[in-house]
Amino acid sequence: MRLTLEFGGGLELLLKESVKLHQVDVTQKSGEDKVTMRDLLSWVKGNLIKERPEMFIKGDSVRPGVLVLINDCDWELCGNLDAELEEKDMIVFISTLHGG
Amino acid sequence: MAAQVIRTDGATSDWIHGEIQRLKLEKEQLENRISALESQLHTSTSSSPVAKIEENSSCSITDGSTFCANGSSANALSAEMIYRYSRQLLLPDFGVEGQRKLSQSRVLVIGAGGLGSPVAMYLASCGVGCIGIVDGDTVELNNLHRQIIHTEAYVGKPKVQSAAAACHAINSSVKVVEHQGLLHPSNALKIVNQYDVVVDATDNLPSRYMISDCCVVLQKPLVSGAALGLEGQLTVYNHKGSPCYRCLFPTPPPSAACQRCSDSGVLGVVPGVIGCMQALEAIKIAADVGEPLSGRMLLFDALSARIRIVKLRGRSSACTICGENSSFTKEEFERFDYENFTQSPMSDRTRPKLSLLPESARITIKEYKEVLDKSERHTLLDVRPVHQFKITSLPNSVNIPLTDLEKELPKLGSMLNDSSLYVICRRGNTSQTAVQLLHQKGFFSAKDIIGGLESWAQEIDPKFPIY
Repeated sequence: MRLTLEFGGGLELLLKESVKLHQVDVTQKSGEDKVTMRDLLSWVKGNLIKERPEMFIKGDSVRPGVLVLINDCDWELCGNLDAELEEKDMIVFISTLHGG
Repeated sequence: MAAQVIRTDGATSDWIHGEIQRLKLEKEQLENRISALESQLHTSTSSSPVAKIEENSSCSITDGSTFCANGSSANALSAEMIYRYSRQLLLPDFGVEGQRKLSQSRVLVIGAGGLGSPVAMYLASCGVGCIGIVDGDTVELNNLHRQIIHTEAYVGKPKVQSAAAACHAINSSVKVVEHQGLLHPSNALKIVNQYDVVVDATDNLPSRYMISDCCVVLQKPLVSGAALGLEGQLTVYNHKGSPCYRCLFPTPPPSAACQRCSDSGVLGVVPGVIGCMQALEAIKIAADVGEPLSGRMLLFDALSARIRIVKLRGRSSACTICGENSSFTKEEFERFDYENFTQSPMSDRTRPKLSLLPESARITIKEYKEVLDKSERHTLLDVRPVHQFKITSLPNSVNIPLTDLEKELPKLGSMLNDSSLYVICRRGNTSQTAVQLLHQKGFFSAKDIIGGLESWAQEIDPKFPIY
């Protein structure tokens, strides 16, 4: 499944070369025909995060202070970890900023 | 030229008489304003301690000078106001009604830094009735690249004083209240309660939770902005069904995830952009025009020139502060320890001081100077990131950033050749982590230089650049 992922607010620093935008191909788990946010998080942790995974993941979800947006919509409105993704979805992970 | 010729006829002389009349009225209003300010100057108490909030006046907008007093209806704008605000009065969506509401509104700007600068300037210029400004810091030279309300003349003076003077210089008809000092649970209710709209332009996590909670308790809309590096974020909390900060972030992030401008850097115009939009949202709410950015968040990425506006969750019924079953009271608010809750300090200026090493593994900057003076054979390892090393460094230091240190150990080993190893960074925290790692990997002679390059600048060479 082709997805576009974007990391911001400093989360990109956890990735290789601090690249923010990623076009990725996430495969369904065997026997499953869908990809949920839960699957995507574990895929991101295994394939994109290069350092300090605890700055991205806590338990089976994202760490506190990270907003997750599926097609520009808060994932809380789409089912959180159980949200089912579709081809060409855009998922944004953004850490909140506090500076000023 | 043509205009001057036409103005010699009778109609023009009527126009001139009218204009003279108008200017005389304007002059009278200005003189009234001047004498009011002069009397305020005589009664005000100066020299306040920075730690304690000192208010120069309350924020009631009863000042008659705001409105026309010469016989017309109480709701009409004065001639001076019409002229000053003409370009926004011409907007059908804003107009006289918007201006009137704006001039009767009171807006509190918390933080007179990179975000608060454009906020306060635009609120003053557009004619908000009363602007309150809270800040406990003084102006520093390294603020001026982004905190555009301050000028060199105010370096060393309180930011609140500088910002208020700038607002007055822009528009002497708006009331500016100086709240000198840090906003704290013990004074926040009293201050915030005097205002209709609150703008969070602070630079730290505990203040953000505190201000949001305070706005929920007092039922005030909160225009919240943040900026760091080359990114900014903006939303309106606690307004027209939008969530509060705690609905979005019930648990604070780990303190390691909280970057500060003084560590990570910030391009001045980035908080400028977000601050301008905060001013805009505050004006929209105060004038009751348009569609506020509530329930939505604006994400600004300066480097790629992308702005994204996303839909947020609604108010959480389970929220411990604004939820249906919340019993969060003013008393609880006043007692709440926000620094403990977030495990981070209420000021961007408070820096964590690590203490990871035994004393035997550390030397002072003066001791290191003696090593240099005695020409003792050694290697000076600078573990800051490459871009910081490029800003300034000590001569003969070798740069291996902490993030690369482990994989560069063989290189370091061949370089050392049994000489002693001293490790330095900007302030003496990263260097401790590095020395700890070096000890684990068998480099037992590695020593940390306490206080880093900052202490070199403070104690050895005052000309050494500080950033």
